[in-house]
Amino acid sequence: MTSRLSAITLNTFREAVRDRVLYNLIIFVLLLVASAPLFGQISIGLERLILVNVGLSSISLFGVIIAIFVGIGLVSKEIEKKTLYTILSHPVRRWEFIVGKYCGLLLTLVVNTALMTVGFYIALLATAHSLHRTDALLLVAIYFIILQLMIMVALTLLFSAFSSPIFSAIFAFALFVIGTFGEDLKNFAAMSQGATKWLSLGVAYIVPNFASLNIISQAAHDQPVTGGLVLMNTLYALLYSVAVTTAAVLIFERRNLK
Amino acid sequence: MHAIEIRGLSKEYSVGFWKKKLRPALKSLDLTVEEGEAFGFLGPNGAGKTTTLKILMGIILPTSGSATILGKDFRDPDIKVKIGFLPEQPYFYDYLSAPELLDYYLQLSGVEAAERSKKIGPVLDRVGLSDVGNKQLRKFSKGMLQRVGIAQAIIHDPEVVFLDEPMSGLDPLGRHEVRELIQGLKDEGKTVFFSTHILSDAEALCDRVAVIHKGELRGIGVVNDLRSSSAEKSEVIWEGAQALPAVKDLLSESHITGKTVRAVVNSADLDRTLERLRQQHARLVSVTPLHGTLEDYFLAKTTEQEVVNQ
Repeated sequence: MTSRLSAITLNTFREAVRDRVLYNLIIFVLLLVASAPLFGQISIGLERLILVNVGLSSISLFGVIIAIFVGIGLVSKEIEKKTLYTILSHPVRRWEFIVGKYCGLLLTLVVNTALMTVGFYIALLATAHSLHRTDALLLVAIYFIILQLMIMVALTLLFSAFSSPIFSAIFAFALFVIGTFGEDLKNFAAMSQGATKWLSLGVAYIVPNFASLNIISQAAHDQPVTGGLVLMNTLYALLYSVAVTTAAVLIFERRNLK
Repeated sequence: MHAIEIRGLSKEYSVGFWKKKLRPALKSLDLTVEEGEAFGFLGPNGAGKTTTLKILMGIILPTSGSATILGKDFRDPDIKVKIGFLPEQPYFYDYLSAPELLDYYLQLSGVEAAERSKKIGPVLDRVGLSDVGNKQLRKFSKGMLQRVGIAQAIIHDPEVVFLDEPMSGLDPLGRHEVRELIQGLKDEGKTVFFSTHILSDAEALCDRVAVIHKGELRGIGVVNDLRSSSAEKSEVIWEGAQALPAVKDLLSESHITGKTVRAVVNSADLDRTLERLRQQHARLVSVTPLHGTLEDYFLAKTTEQEVVNQ
């Protein structure tokens, strides 16, 4: 089981690495991070604040874009191109295929995020000429971005297990937007009454709570993050990803791969 | 123990958007294939051959019925260590080289790293791809991809090999090589189950064949028996065209060249034909039984239902 899972994981990673689109995105992000000091020159005295906001937001946004664009084809492309036929004729369980694909894309995104983080810290060093202890706090924000990507990969994989790539992209992006404004939905529910209240509250709890995983603004202002939040966010992302991946497996187990 | 045993396997697809209708793709298929046998699964396009193979490989789920491969339920993933499968017009991860792809499939079959490197070179040699190096599969021709497909189906030394249209996309030389390869597998005692609509391939390679049409099994048997079962005609040649009207009603075809008449007659009518020719004082030149071909059998089996319906 382990060797099959690691084989599928590493092959998914290899596919992403050999995909030129991925390189373009990384180069784009690195350029964006590298050009951040220019924003600082426009806003004298706010260089670091702007750099942290632009840099971390770019890492998050491009991570999500890669998760959606690679994730939506993860299963559907294998069915469409029939590459799955020879995979399933080997002793591979369908759940192993889904979990292997999940781990492979997550590994790709973690490596991407790590590369972007290196670029981001180089830009930070170039702006401030030295790194401070508070800059280590930014790593917590980046860790939360990875948790966000964990959930996004699970969601795109779920949609990819039953839908076409275009619909998967629409569903995943819609959930990302709704999840980002999850707290606003809860506030709206608090102000509403009757069915609207319960509907808004239900949606707010079902969609992934990306708002609590976004501490970019906090990090930019050097506000500390509690250990409790790190633990709760980790548990939340883990449980949410496991639940969504399980749903993807259940759907995929019953699918005719015509 | 049978290598493959299929019992009442059926598959229905629901078609239509609003009013869903069930379209049968496979109707209660019963089939057994013995160990070490080369078995041809014949049928025109859309007959249900690929559907059967996809069910056995776990790619699609059957509506009803069961099947075993080497005595184990076909849904048991562990049985797949002992089987190899070449899909019709295979497509692989085109960013990989042939050795990388084969190494990947060996990993999926649970073969250890040290063993994997020993197996890749010889199998590439066997399918005639020893000189491809690390070229990515996206640069391969259709025929080369077919060879890669065969390589991945046999690299883990399976006991049963399923091949879906293995000659598809190959030039005459490639077809000859694949034919040799299948013969080699057969000689090694492996069970080969292959679907095809190229009857000459089946005729040359198979011990037994089954004919499937519109999802139904129409016939099954040993190739030589099936051929002789369709050999029910004889060719009669005589001199004396004046005798032709007397026997015309018994002949299925006739051609006159000068005084010589060449005619084909059903074996059941042969005696009566010869009797009438004697009465007409025709000079008999030869009587030759016509050997049936697998094609005759195939055509008979795939058209008989249509004839009944008419």
